[in-house]
Amino acid sequence: METLAMHISNGIINGPVAALFAVIALAAMALAVQRGRQDLDDRLAPMAGLVAAFIFAVQMLNFPIFTAGVSGHLLGGALAAMLVGPWVGALCLAVVLVVQALVFGDGGVAMLGLSITNMAVIGVAVAYLLIALLLRVLPRTVAGLAVTAFVAALVSVVVAALGFVLQYWLGGTADLGGNLAGLAGTMAVSHLFIGIGEGLITATTVVTVAKVRPDLVYALRARRPATPATVPTVGGVR
Amino acid sequence: MPVGAGHAHVLYRDANSPVHRLPPEVKIAAMVAFTVAVVATPRAAFWAIGAYALLVAVVAALARVSLPWLLTRSAIELPFVLFAFALPFIGAGERVEALGMSLSVEGLHGAWNILAKGTLGVWASLLLAATTTTRDLIVGLDRLRCPQIITQIATFMLRYLDVLVGEARRMRVARISRGDDPRFLWQLRGFAAGIGTLFLRAFERGERVYLAMLSRGYTGRMPAVWQGAGAATTGQWLIGATVPLLAGTVAATAVVLT
Repeated sequence: METLAMHISNGIINGPVAALFAVIALAAMALAVQRGRQDLDDRLAPMAGLVAAFIFAVQMLNFPIFTAGVSGHLLGGALAAMLVGPWVGALCLAVVLVVQALVFGDGGVAMLGLSITNMAVIGVAVAYLLIALLLRVLPRTVAGLAVTAFVAALVSVVVAALGFVLQYWLGGTADLGGNLAGLAGTMAVSHLFIGIGEGLITATTVVTVAKVRPDLVYALRARRPATPATVPTVGGVR
Repeated sequence: MPVGAGHAHVLYRDANSPVHRLPPEVKIAAMVAFTVAVVATPRAAFWAIGAYALLVAVVAALARVSLPWLLTRSAIELPFVLFAFALPFIGAGERVEALGMSLSVEGLHGAWNILAKGTLGVWASLLLAATTTTRDLIVGLDRLRCPQIITQIATFMLRYLDVLVGEARRMRVARISRGDDPRFLWQLRGFAAGIGTLFLRAFERGERVYLAMLSRGYTGRMPAVWQGAGAATTGQWLIGATVPLLAGTVAATAVVLT
């Protein structure tokens, strides 16, 4: 397995700002642990693991953004929010980032707070708010679900990318002067394209799962009829 | 995949060194503390960076991790380091002439800062990964009082990565045996169409694995943790603390001197 993904590496953002975002990320994760515990049942536990593994795999697809020397990648926040909900979803993203930092040296450990804030907190929160809104507004069809997933993924990727620009503005270790606007522009445009790819992947995955096992889509839980979903019997036969 | 697939990961170097024998929680704590010390160092303290590199080299030698392996594997940071190479050109402020190019002093300092600290961080992670199995990492996180819901997600993620890869391989074989010819870019369409199915198949396999684990008494924690075997002793914590303490002293000296 060749790892190419790279998050914020050590030394890009200065210490105080990294510490500030570490505190923000810790607080958000503590809340997610608190709320996620109620969500995590026998069906969601393996799903959370698979969503995390899936995100881990897609984050390895890396797209270099040549003009600024920064690279971007798929995030998976919308997929997580859709399938396991905002709390467990944020935890999934955080776990992916922590394991990447510890096992693969991908992204600096001291910068974890920044990455977690961008991808696990901002990315998942934006995606879930959009999902909650769009599912209410759009028609309850497969197309409506696909559009919801696509838009949530696209917007959350761009907003998370701008989170990095904000952090760089607060505490970038090298002064870019007037080029910060350039960095913002490059990040936004390039992540718009990444967002389209992410939107397509999220939409196809969510629609497939919703067609075959609607009970597995967290965002559709409110719509589910009161009857409990089927539980696999011995041998996995349904 | 090596024979040890599922137990170890690609970066793990099997050996029996003092570093391998240290409990995982000690190594994780030491690695994080070391990285924080590195990041807190003022960037003008060039000698401090050298001292950190020396520390890494000593630990690598103790762990029987060869320097060529460490250097090859640190190529992982290349995509991001590109950013550092751009800084001298796009940075603001005072400029110097070098090799016929006008470079920003601020940008040069920034580039050095990112390159040096990024590389040290990657080396520290690689040393942890090379000496600790995935299972031990999870056990270590659990012993460090990481909430169970997080270690549980992490455990399943690492297990299911193999499930996902195996399922993708099976689907690819199925496509080939039905006359598909997956090559370079042309396989993208088939892959994109199958990604939802891949997810579902991997989930259903994973769900069976999970239910099998539950029926064998899985309660959400690794057996090694609830049995409490092999947890770090005070002595091992002290041994593990030497590296971050040395790094912390270097960082403090650097802060005082500049």
